[in-house]
Amino acid sequence: MSQQPASQQTVLHAKHLEAGAKMVDFFGWHMPINYGSQIEEHHAVRQDAGMFDVSHMTIVDVTGARTRDFLRFLLANDVAKLTVPGKALYTAMLNEAGGVIDDLIVYFLQEDYFRIVVNSATREKDLAWLNQHAPAFDVTVTERPELALIAVQGPNAKAKVATLLDADQQAAVAGMKPFFGVQSGDLFIATTGYTGEDGYEIAMPEAKAADFWQKLLDAGVKPAGLGARDTLRLEAGMNLYGQDMDETVSPLAANMGWTIAFEPADRNFIGRAALEQQKATGTDKLVGLVMEQKGVLRHGQRVVVAGGEGIITSGTFSPTLGFSIAMARVPASVGDSAEVDIRGKLVPVKVIKPAFVRMGKKLI
Amino acid sequence: MSSIPTELKYASSHEWVRHEGDGIYSVGISEHAQELLGDMVFVELPEVGDTVSQGDDCAVAESVKAASDIYAPLSGEVVEVNESLADAPEQVNASPYHDGWMFKIKASDLAELDELLDAEGYQNVIDED
Repeated sequence: MSQQPASQQTVLHAKHLEAGAKMVDFFGWHMPINYGSQIEEHHAVRQDAGMFDVSHMTIVDVTGARTRDFLRFLLANDVAKLTVPGKALYTAMLNEAGGVIDDLIVYFLQEDYFRIVVNSATREKDLAWLNQHAPAFDVTVTERPELALIAVQGPNAKAKVATLLDADQQAAVAGMKPFFGVQSGDLFIATTGYTGEDGYEIAMPEAKAADFWQKLLDAGVKPAGLGARDTLRLEAGMNLYGQDMDETVSPLAANMGWTIAFEPADRNFIGRAALEQQKATGTDKLVGLVMEQKGVLRHGQRVVVAGGEGIITSGTFSPTLGFSIAMARVPASVGDSAEVDIRGKLVPVKVIKPAFVRMGKKLI
Repeated sequence: MSSIPTELKYASSHEWVRHEGDGIYSVGISEHAQELLGDMVFVELPEVGDTVSQGDDCAVAESVKAASDIYAPLSGEVVEVNESLADAPEQVNASPYHDGWMFKIKASDLAELDELLDAEGYQNVIDED
Protein backbone atom coordinates (compact mmCIF):
# COMPACT_ATOMS: atom_id res chain seq x y z
CA MET A 1 0.00 0.00 0.00
CA SER A 2 1.04 3.58 -0.50
CA GLN A 3 2.76 5.49 2.29
CA GLN A 4 0.60 7.77 4.37
CA PRO A 5 1.80 11.35 4.17
CA ALA A 6 3.48 12.65 7.29
CA SER A 7 0.76 14.17 9.37
CA GLN A 8 -0.39 15.20 12.81
CA GLN A 9 -2.47 12.93 14.98
CA THR A 10 -5.09 13.74 17.57
CA VAL A 11 -4.93 12.12 20.98
CA LEU A 12 -7.77 9.81 19.83
CA HIS A 13 -5.80 8.39 16.90
CA ALA A 14 -5.39 4.95 18.48
CA LYS A 15 -9.13 4.81 19.26
CA HIS A 16 -9.90 5.43 15.59
CA LEU A 17 -7.61 2.65 14.44
CA GLU A 18 -9.08 0.36 17.09
CA ALA A 19 -12.56 1.06 15.67
CA GLY A 20 -11.40 0.18 12.15
CA ALA A 21 -11.40 3.73 10.81
CA LYS A 22 -10.33 4.52 7.29
CA MET A 23 -7.86 7.35 7.84
CA VAL A 24 -7.15 10.20 5.45
CA ASP A 25 -4.95 13.25 5.39
CA PHE A 26 -7.05 16.29 6.27
CA PHE A 27 -5.07 19.53 6.03
CA GLY A 28 -2.08 17.88 7.70
CA TRP A 29 -4.09 15.82 10.19
CA HIS A 30 -4.51 12.06 10.01
CA MET A 31 -8.27 11.81 10.55
CA PRO A 32 -11.01 9.19 10.16
CA ILE A 33 -13.09 9.62 6.97
CA ASN A 34 -15.37 6.74 8.04
CA TYR A 35 -15.41 3.65 10.23
CA GLY A 36 -16.90 1.41 7.52
CA SER A 37 -20.00 3.13 6.21
CA GLN A 38 -20.38 6.89 5.98
CA ILE A 39 -24.11 6.55 5.36
CA GLU A 40 -24.70 4.40 8.45
CA GLU A 41 -22.77 6.94 10.52
CA HIS A 42 -24.89 9.71 9.05
CA HIS A 43 -28.12 7.90 10.00
CA ALA A 44 -26.79 7.20 13.50
CA VAL A 45 -26.45 10.94 14.09
CA ARG A 46 -29.87 11.78 12.62
CA GLN A 47 -31.66 8.98 14.45
CA ASP A 48 -29.71 8.26 17.63
CA ALA A 49 -26.26 9.54 18.63
CA GLY A 50 -22.89 9.79 16.92
CA MET A 51 -19.56 11.28 17.89
CA PHE A 52 -16.80 13.05 16.01
CA ASP A 53 -13.22 13.64 17.01
CA VAL A 54 -12.76 17.32 16.19
CA SER A 55 -9.63 17.75 18.27
CA HIS A 56 -7.85 19.05 15.16
CA MET A 57 -9.92 22.24 15.44
CA THR A 58 -8.18 25.21 16.97
CA ILE A 59 -9.35 26.52 20.33
CA VAL A 60 -8.09 29.99 21.17
CA ASP A 61 -8.64 31.91 24.39
CA VAL A 62 -8.59 35.69 24.30
CA THR A 63 -8.05 37.46 27.60
CA GLY A 64 -7.65 41.01 28.81
CA ALA A 65 -9.80 43.86 30.01
CA ARG A 66 -10.54 45.04 26.46
CA THR A 67 -11.34 41.62 24.96
CA ARG A 68 -14.89 42.62 24.08
CA ASP A 69 -13.73 45.77 22.27
CA PHE A 70 -11.12 43.73 20.40
CA LEU A 71 -13.68 41.18 19.20
CA ARG A 72 -16.21 43.88 18.28
CA PHE A 73 -13.56 45.28 15.94
CA LEU A 74 -12.28 41.94 14.67
CA LEU A 75 -15.53 40.04 14.02
CA ALA A 76 -18.41 40.85 11.65
CA ASN A 77 -21.06 39.71 14.11
CA ASP A 78 -21.27 41.79 17.27
CA VAL A 79 -20.18 40.24 20.56
CA ALA A 80 -22.14 43.02 22.29
CA LYS A 81 -25.05 40.60 21.77
CA LEU A 82 -23.37 38.26 24.26
CA THR A 83 -24.59 39.47 27.63
CA VAL A 84 -25.02 36.19 29.53
CA PRO A 85 -21.83 34.31 30.46
CA GLY A 86 -21.47 31.16 28.35
CA LYS A 87 -23.46 32.53 25.41
CA ALA A 88 -21.94 31.86 21.97
CA LEU A 89 -22.17 33.48 18.55
CA TYR A 90 -21.42 32.30 15.01
CA THR A 91 -19.51 34.89 13.03
CA ALA A 92 -17.21 35.61 10.14
CA MET A 93 -13.76 37.09 10.57
CA LEU A 94 -13.23 39.35 7.54
CA ASN A 95 -10.31 41.03 5.86
CA GLU A 96 -10.43 44.71 4.85
CA ALA A 97 -11.85 43.75 1.44
CA GLY A 98 -14.77 41.99 3.11
CA GLY A 99 -13.47 38.51 2.23
CA VAL A 100 -13.92 35.72 4.77
CA ILE A 101 -10.68 34.83 6.57
CA ASP A 102 -12.57 32.21 8.56
CA ASP A 103 -15.91 31.43 10.17
CA LEU A 104 -15.87 30.68 13.87
CA ILE A 105 -17.79 30.38 17.11
CA VAL A 106 -17.03 32.83 19.90
CA TYR A 107 -18.05 32.16 23.52
CA PHE A 108 -18.40 34.87 26.16
CA LEU A 109 -17.03 33.38 29.38
CA GLN A 110 -16.14 36.45 31.46
CA GLU A 111 -15.76 40.11 30.60
CA ASP A 112 -12.01 39.61 30.30
CA TYR A 113 -12.14 36.08 28.84
CA PHE A 114 -13.69 34.93 25.56
CA ARG A 115 -13.03 31.64 23.78
CA ILE A 116 -13.08 31.16 20.02
CA VAL A 117 -12.99 27.97 18.00
CA VAL A 118 -11.63 28.25 14.46
CA ASN A 119 -11.02 25.84 11.59
CA SER A 120 -7.84 23.77 11.63
CA ALA A 121 -7.20 24.35 7.93
CA THR A 122 -6.95 28.10 8.57
CA ARG A 123 -5.15 27.88 11.92
CA GLU A 124 -1.96 29.69 10.95
CA LYS A 125 -3.50 32.66 9.18
CA ASP A 126 -6.19 32.99 11.87
CA LEU A 127 -3.61 33.12 14.66
CA ALA A 128 -1.50 35.56 12.66
CA TRP A 129 -4.54 37.82 12.14
CA LEU A 130 -5.55 37.67 15.81
CA ASN A 131 -2.01 38.37 16.95
CA GLN A 132 -1.62 41.21 14.47
CA HIS A 133 -4.59 43.08 15.96
CA ALA A 134 -4.23 42.05 19.60
CA PRO A 135 -1.60 44.60 20.69
CA ALA A 136 -3.84 47.60 19.89
CA PHE A 137 -6.31 46.28 22.47
CA ASP A 138 -3.73 44.90 24.86
CA VAL A 139 -5.29 41.43 24.81
CA THR A 140 -3.57 38.06 25.00
CA VAL A 141 -4.22 35.34 22.43
CA THR A 142 -3.56 31.83 23.75
CA GLU A 143 -3.95 28.70 21.67
CA ARG A 144 -5.17 25.65 23.63
CA PRO A 145 -3.68 22.66 21.77
CA GLU A 146 -3.72 20.63 24.98
CA LEU A 147 -7.52 20.40 24.76
CA ALA A 148 -9.19 17.58 22.88
CA LEU A 149 -12.63 18.21 21.37
CA ILE A 150 -15.37 15.63 20.90
CA ALA A 151 -18.71 16.47 19.25
CA VAL A 152 -21.58 14.22 20.36
CA GLN A 153 -24.61 14.81 18.15
CA GLY A 154 -28.05 13.36 17.60
CA PRO A 155 -31.48 13.20 19.23
CA ASN A 156 -30.17 10.91 22.00
CA ALA A 157 -26.75 12.54 22.32
CA LYS A 158 -27.42 14.60 25.42
CA ALA A 159 -29.02 11.70 27.30
CA LYS A 160 -26.06 9.46 26.52
CA VAL A 161 -23.53 12.11 27.52
CA ALA A 162 -25.45 12.65 30.77
CA THR A 163 -24.51 9.12 31.88
CA LEU A 164 -20.84 10.23 31.88
CA LEU A 165 -21.28 13.47 33.82
CA ASP A 166 -20.92 14.00 37.54
CA ALA A 167 -23.65 15.71 39.55
CA ASP A 168 -22.09 19.17 39.19
CA GLN A 169 -21.74 18.78 35.43
CA GLN A 170 -25.30 17.54 35.08
CA ALA A 171 -26.50 20.57 37.02
CA ALA A 172 -24.34 22.87 34.89
CA VAL A 173 -25.87 21.69 31.60
CA ALA A 174 -29.44 21.24 32.86
CA GLY A 175 -31.72 23.37 30.69
CA MET A 176 -28.79 24.91 28.80
CA LYS A 177 -30.14 26.52 25.62
CA PRO A 178 -28.54 26.15 22.16
CA PHE A 179 -25.30 28.06 21.62
CA PHE A 180 -24.07 28.12 25.19
CA GLY A 181 -20.91 26.73 26.74
CA VAL A 182 -20.01 26.02 30.35
CA GLN A 183 -16.87 24.84 32.12
CA SER A 184 -17.55 22.24 34.79
CA GLY A 185 -14.73 20.19 36.26
CA ASP A 186 -12.47 19.04 33.44
CA LEU A 187 -15.09 19.56 30.75
CA PHE A 188 -16.06 22.57 28.68
CA ILE A 189 -19.50 21.53 27.48
CA ALA A 190 -21.19 23.52 24.68
CA THR A 191 -24.57 23.17 23.02
CA THR A 192 -23.10 23.71 19.57
CA GLY A 193 -22.48 21.46 16.61
CA TYR A 194 -22.19 21.05 12.88
CA THR A 195 -24.90 18.55 12.09
CA GLY A 196 -28.27 20.28 12.56
CA GLU A 197 -29.03 17.96 15.48
CA ASP A 198 -29.15 18.43 19.20
CA GLY A 199 -25.98 17.63 21.11
CA TYR A 200 -22.77 18.88 22.62
CA GLU A 201 -19.26 19.79 21.67
CA ILE A 202 -17.07 18.92 24.64
CA ALA A 203 -13.51 20.15 25.19
CA MET A 204 -11.36 18.33 27.73
CA PRO A 205 -7.71 17.78 28.65
CA GLU A 206 -6.08 15.43 26.16
CA ALA A 207 -5.26 12.94 28.91
CA LYS A 208 -8.99 12.44 29.55
CA ALA A 209 -10.11 12.09 25.95
CA ALA A 210 -9.50 8.41 25.19
CA ASP A 211 -11.32 7.33 28.34
CA PHE A 212 -14.21 9.69 27.61
CA TRP A 213 -14.44 8.40 24.03
CA GLN A 214 -14.49 4.79 25.25
CA LYS A 215 -17.25 5.57 27.75
CA LEU A 216 -19.30 7.19 25.00
CA LEU A 217 -18.79 4.06 22.88
CA ASP A 218 -19.93 1.94 25.83
CA ALA A 219 -22.99 4.20 26.16
CA GLY A 220 -23.92 3.35 22.57
CA VAL A 221 -22.63 6.45 20.77
CA LYS A 222 -21.43 5.53 17.27
CA PRO A 223 -18.15 6.98 16.00
CA ALA A 224 -18.64 9.02 12.83
CA GLY A 225 -16.00 10.29 10.43
CA LEU A 226 -15.37 13.37 8.36
CA GLY A 227 -17.48 11.92 5.53
CA ALA A 228 -20.67 11.84 7.61
CA ARG A 229 -19.76 15.19 9.12
CA ASP A 230 -19.82 16.67 5.63
CA THR A 231 -23.15 15.17 4.54
CA LEU A 232 -24.75 16.14 7.87
CA ARG A 233 -23.59 19.76 7.76
CA LEU A 234 -24.63 20.08 4.12
CA GLU A 235 -28.13 18.73 4.84
CA ALA A 236 -28.28 21.28 7.66
CA GLY A 237 -27.28 24.04 5.23
CA MET A 238 -24.11 24.91 7.11
CA ASN A 239 -21.15 26.34 5.23
CA LEU A 240 -17.77 24.68 4.94
CA TYR A 241 -14.88 27.12 4.92
CA GLY A 242 -12.71 26.85 1.82
CA GLN A 243 -15.58 25.40 -0.16
CA ASP A 244 -18.68 27.58 0.33
CA MET A 245 -16.69 30.70 1.11
CA ASP A 246 -13.13 31.94 1.45
CA GLU A 247 -11.17 35.17 1.29
CA THR A 248 -12.37 35.87 -2.25
CA VAL A 249 -16.06 35.52 -1.36
CA SER A 250 -18.26 38.05 0.39
CA PRO A 251 -20.23 36.69 3.33
CA LEU A 252 -23.24 38.31 1.63
CA ALA A 253 -22.71 35.85 -1.24
CA ALA A 254 -22.35 32.93 1.19
CA ASN A 255 -25.69 33.03 3.04
CA MET A 256 -23.95 34.74 5.96
CA GLY A 257 -25.76 38.07 5.75
CA TRP A 258 -27.61 37.18 8.95
CA THR A 259 -24.30 37.01 10.81
CA ILE A 260 -23.22 40.53 9.81
CA ALA A 261 -24.18 43.06 12.48
CA PHE A 262 -24.46 46.37 10.62
CA GLU A 263 -26.23 47.83 13.65
CA PRO A 264 -25.21 49.71 15.70
CA ALA A 265 -24.06 51.86 12.79
CA ASP A 266 -21.23 53.41 14.78
CA ARG A 267 -19.45 50.09 15.41
CA ASN A 268 -16.38 49.91 13.23
CA PHE A 269 -15.30 46.38 12.32
CA ILE A 270 -12.77 45.07 9.84
CA GLY A 271 -14.43 44.72 6.44
CA ARG A 272 -17.39 46.95 7.25
CA ALA A 273 -16.75 49.57 4.56
CA ALA A 274 -16.30 46.91 1.88
CA LEU A 275 -19.48 45.10 2.93
CA GLU A 276 -21.54 48.29 2.86
CA GLN A 277 -20.37 48.90 -0.67
CA GLN A 278 -21.14 45.29 -1.67
CA LYS A 279 -24.56 45.56 -0.10
CA ALA A 280 -25.28 48.69 -2.15
CA THR A 281 -24.10 47.23 -5.45
CA GLY A 282 -25.45 43.71 -4.83
CA THR A 283 -23.72 40.34 -4.71
CA ASP A 284 -24.27 36.78 -5.82
CA LYS A 285 -26.25 34.62 -3.43
CA LEU A 286 -25.86 31.14 -2.01
CA VAL A 287 -28.88 28.92 -2.70
CA GLY A 288 -29.82 25.32 -2.14
CA LEU A 289 -30.28 22.93 -5.07
CA VAL A 290 -32.33 19.75 -5.08
CA MET A 291 -32.12 17.07 -7.74
CA GLU A 292 -34.67 14.32 -7.27
CA GLN A 293 -33.56 12.27 -10.26
CA LYS A 294 -30.60 9.89 -10.30
CA GLY A 295 -27.15 11.36 -9.98
CA VAL A 296 -25.11 13.38 -7.54
CA LEU A 297 -24.43 17.11 -7.58
CA ARG A 298 -20.76 17.82 -6.93
CA HIS A 299 -18.52 20.71 -5.95
CA GLY A 300 -17.41 22.73 -8.96
CA GLN A 301 -20.26 21.91 -11.33
CA ARG A 302 -21.58 24.78 -13.45
CA VAL A 303 -25.09 26.04 -12.69
CA VAL A 304 -27.18 27.85 -15.32
CA VAL A 305 -29.80 30.17 -13.81
CA ALA A 306 -32.03 32.98 -14.99
CA GLY A 307 -29.72 35.86 -15.81
CA GLY A 308 -26.39 34.07 -15.68
CA GLU A 309 -24.28 31.23 -14.41
CA GLY A 310 -22.99 30.14 -11.04
CA ILE A 311 -21.18 27.24 -9.46
CA ILE A 312 -21.88 24.45 -6.99
CA THR A 313 -19.82 25.11 -3.88
CA SER A 314 -20.82 21.89 -2.04
CA GLY A 315 -22.79 18.96 -3.39
CA THR A 316 -23.56 15.51 -2.13
CA PHE A 317 -26.02 12.67 -1.94
CA SER A 318 -28.33 13.31 1.00
CA PRO A 319 -28.69 10.07 2.96
CA THR A 320 -31.72 11.43 4.83
CA LEU A 321 -33.59 12.58 1.72
CA GLY A 322 -32.43 9.84 -0.64
CA PHE A 323 -31.44 12.21 -3.45
CA SER A 324 -28.81 14.78 -4.20
CA ILE A 325 -28.57 18.26 -2.71
CA ALA A 326 -26.13 21.10 -3.13
CA MET A 327 -25.28 24.65 -2.27
CA ALA A 328 -24.51 26.94 -5.19
CA ARG A 329 -23.32 30.50 -5.52
CA VAL A 330 -25.35 32.09 -8.31
CA PRO A 331 -26.43 35.51 -9.60
CA ALA A 332 -29.12 37.10 -7.41
CA SER A 333 -31.47 37.02 -10.42
CA VAL A 334 -31.92 33.25 -9.89
CA GLY A 335 -35.49 31.93 -10.03
CA ASP A 336 -36.93 28.76 -8.52
CA SER A 337 -35.30 26.41 -10.99
CA ALA A 338 -31.89 25.99 -12.60
CA GLU A 339 -29.84 23.56 -14.65
CA VAL A 340 -26.61 21.89 -13.60
CA ASP A 341 -23.93 20.77 -16.03
CA ILE A 342 -23.27 17.18 -14.99
CA ARG A 343 -20.53 15.76 -17.16
CA GLY A 344 -21.75 17.67 -20.19
CA LYS A 345 -25.49 17.13 -19.66
CA LEU A 346 -27.73 19.98 -18.42
CA VAL A 347 -29.92 18.52 -15.68
CA PRO A 348 -32.88 20.46 -14.20
CA VAL A 349 -32.82 21.13 -10.45
CA LYS A 350 -35.03 22.99 -7.98
CA VAL A 351 -33.71 26.09 -6.24
CA ILE A 352 -34.54 26.52 -2.54
CA LYS A 353 -33.12 28.16 0.55
CA PRO A 354 -29.92 26.35 1.58
CA ALA A 355 -31.30 24.16 4.38
CA PHE A 356 -32.51 20.63 3.80
CA VAL A 357 -32.74 18.71 7.09
CA ARG A 358 -32.78 19.99 10.67
CA MET A 359 -33.42 18.18 13.96
CA GLY A 360 -34.25 14.98 12.10
CA LYS A 361 -36.93 16.70 10.00
CA LYS A 362 -36.93 17.06 6.24
CA LEU A 363 -37.35 20.71 5.30
CA ILE A 364 -38.27 19.94 1.68
CA MET B 1 -6.06 -6.16 2.93
CA SER B 2 -8.77 -6.33 0.25
CA SER B 3 -9.75 -9.71 -1.03
CA ILE B 4 -8.87 -10.54 -4.64
CA PRO B 5 -10.46 -13.87 -5.64
CA THR B 6 -8.05 -15.93 -7.71
CA GLU B 7 -10.75 -17.33 -10.01
CA LEU B 8 -11.44 -13.89 -11.53
CA LYS B 9 -9.65 -11.75 -14.09
CA TYR B 10 -9.10 -8.03 -13.57
CA ALA B 11 -8.63 -4.81 -15.47
CA SER B 12 -6.11 -2.32 -14.13
CA SER B 13 -9.06 0.12 -13.91
CA HIS B 14 -10.40 -2.12 -11.07
CA GLU B 15 -13.15 -4.07 -12.84
CA TRP B 16 -13.35 -7.84 -12.42
CA VAL B 17 -14.62 -10.42 -14.90
CA ARG B 18 -16.11 -13.86 -14.18
CA HIS B 19 -16.87 -16.50 -16.80
CA GLU B 20 -20.49 -17.60 -16.42
CA GLY B 21 -20.36 -20.13 -19.29
CA ASP B 22 -21.32 -19.84 -22.99
CA GLY B 23 -18.88 -16.97 -23.52
CA ILE B 24 -20.85 -14.76 -21.11
CA TYR B 25 -18.86 -12.78 -18.56
CA SER B 26 -20.18 -10.90 -15.56
CA VAL B 27 -18.49 -7.64 -14.58
CA GLY B 28 -18.20 -5.73 -11.33
CA ILE B 29 -15.68 -3.67 -9.41
CA SER B 30 -13.11 -4.97 -6.97
CA GLU B 31 -13.26 -4.77 -3.23
CA HIS B 32 -10.32 -2.38 -3.36
CA ALA B 33 -12.27 -0.11 -5.75
CA GLN B 34 -15.39 -0.02 -3.60
CA GLU B 35 -13.23 0.79 -0.56
CA LEU B 36 -11.70 3.71 -2.42
CA LEU B 37 -15.09 5.01 -3.58
CA GLY B 38 -16.94 4.63 -0.27
CA ASP B 39 -20.69 4.11 0.09
CA MET B 40 -22.33 3.66 -3.30
CA VAL B 41 -25.46 5.76 -3.89
CA PHE B 42 -26.29 5.23 -7.59
CA VAL B 43 -25.10 2.91 -10.28
CA GLU B 44 -25.87 3.90 -13.84
CA LEU B 45 -25.85 0.75 -15.93
CA PRO B 46 -25.68 0.20 -19.70
CA GLU B 47 -28.77 -0.96 -21.61
CA VAL B 48 -29.25 -4.60 -22.44
CA GLY B 49 -28.42 -4.92 -26.14
CA ASP B 50 -25.71 -2.23 -26.09
CA THR B 51 -22.56 -3.15 -27.96
CA VAL B 52 -19.41 -2.16 -26.12
CA SER B 53 -15.71 -2.25 -26.96
CA GLN B 54 -13.00 -3.10 -24.49
CA GLY B 55 -12.10 0.07 -22.57
CA ASP B 56 -15.38 1.92 -23.31
CA ASP B 57 -16.89 3.75 -20.35
CA CYS B 58 -20.22 1.97 -20.14
CA ALA B 59 -21.42 2.49 -16.56
CA VAL B 60 -21.04 5.05 -13.79
CA ALA B 61 -20.65 4.28 -10.11
CA GLU B 62 -21.66 7.27 -7.98
CA SER B 63 -20.54 7.07 -4.39
CA VAL B 64 -20.75 9.57 -1.57
CA LYS B 65 -17.29 10.63 -2.66
CA ALA B 66 -17.20 10.74 -6.45
CA ALA B 67 -18.62 9.60 -9.78
CA SER B 68 -16.42 6.97 -11.39
CA ASP B 69 -16.60 5.55 -14.86
CA ILE B 70 -16.74 1.79 -15.18
CA TYR B 71 -14.95 0.54 -18.27
CA ALA B 72 -15.92 -2.52 -20.30
CA PRO B 73 -13.18 -5.07 -19.65
CA LEU B 74 -14.20 -7.01 -22.76
CA SER B 75 -15.84 -6.21 -26.09
CA GLY B 76 -19.25 -7.64 -26.83
CA GLU B 77 -22.94 -7.26 -26.27
CA VAL B 78 -24.52 -6.42 -22.92
CA VAL B 79 -26.91 -9.30 -22.28
CA GLU B 80 -28.04 -8.59 -18.72
CA VAL B 81 -27.72 -5.86 -16.09
CA ASN B 82 -28.10 -6.10 -12.32
CA GLU B 83 -31.45 -4.31 -11.91
CA SER B 84 -31.36 -4.79 -8.13
CA LEU B 85 -28.63 -2.17 -7.86
CA ALA B 86 -31.23 0.52 -8.59
CA ASP B 87 -32.79 -0.03 -5.16
CA ALA B 88 -29.77 -1.39 -3.35
CA PRO B 89 -26.53 0.11 -4.71
CA GLU B 90 -24.90 -0.72 -1.36
CA GLN B 91 -24.57 -4.32 -2.62
CA VAL B 92 -21.50 -3.06 -4.48
CA ASN B 93 -19.94 -2.27 -1.09
CA ALA B 94 -21.20 -5.26 0.83
CA SER B 95 -20.64 -7.92 -1.83
CA PRO B 96 -18.50 -6.53 -4.63
CA TYR B 97 -17.75 -9.94 -6.20
CA HIS B 98 -21.24 -11.46 -5.97
CA ASP B 99 -24.46 -9.53 -5.29
CA GLY B 100 -22.79 -6.32 -6.45
CA TRP B 101 -22.14 -7.49 -10.04
CA MET B 102 -23.08 -4.83 -12.58
CA PHE B 103 -23.63 -6.28 -16.05
CA LYS B 104 -22.93 -9.31 -18.22
CA ILE B 105 -21.24 -9.24 -21.61
CA LYS B 106 -21.41 -11.83 -24.37
CA ALA B 107 -17.77 -11.55 -25.37
CA SER B 108 -17.01 -11.08 -29.05
CA ASP B 109 -13.23 -11.50 -28.86
CA LEU B 110 -11.93 -14.01 -26.35
CA ALA B 111 -8.33 -13.02 -27.13
CA GLU B 112 -9.01 -9.90 -25.06
CA LEU B 113 -9.07 -12.08 -21.94
CA ASP B 114 -5.30 -12.46 -22.26
CA GLU B 115 -4.93 -8.72 -21.77
CA LEU B 116 -6.62 -8.89 -18.36
CA LEU B 117 -4.72 -9.48 -15.13
CA ASP B 118 -4.81 -12.45 -12.81
CA ALA B 119 -5.16 -11.90 -9.06
CA GLU B 120 -1.44 -11.54 -8.57
CA GLY B 121 -1.11 -9.06 -11.41
CA TYR B 122 -4.00 -7.02 -10.04
CA GLN B 123 -2.46 -7.05 -6.55
CA ASN B 124 0.65 -5.51 -8.11
CA VAL B 125 -1.46 -2.76 -9.66
CA ILE B 126 -2.96 -1.93 -6.25
CA ASP B 127 0.46 -1.96 -4.60
CA GLU B 128 1.76 0.55 -7.13
CA ASP B 129 -1.15 2.99 -6.60
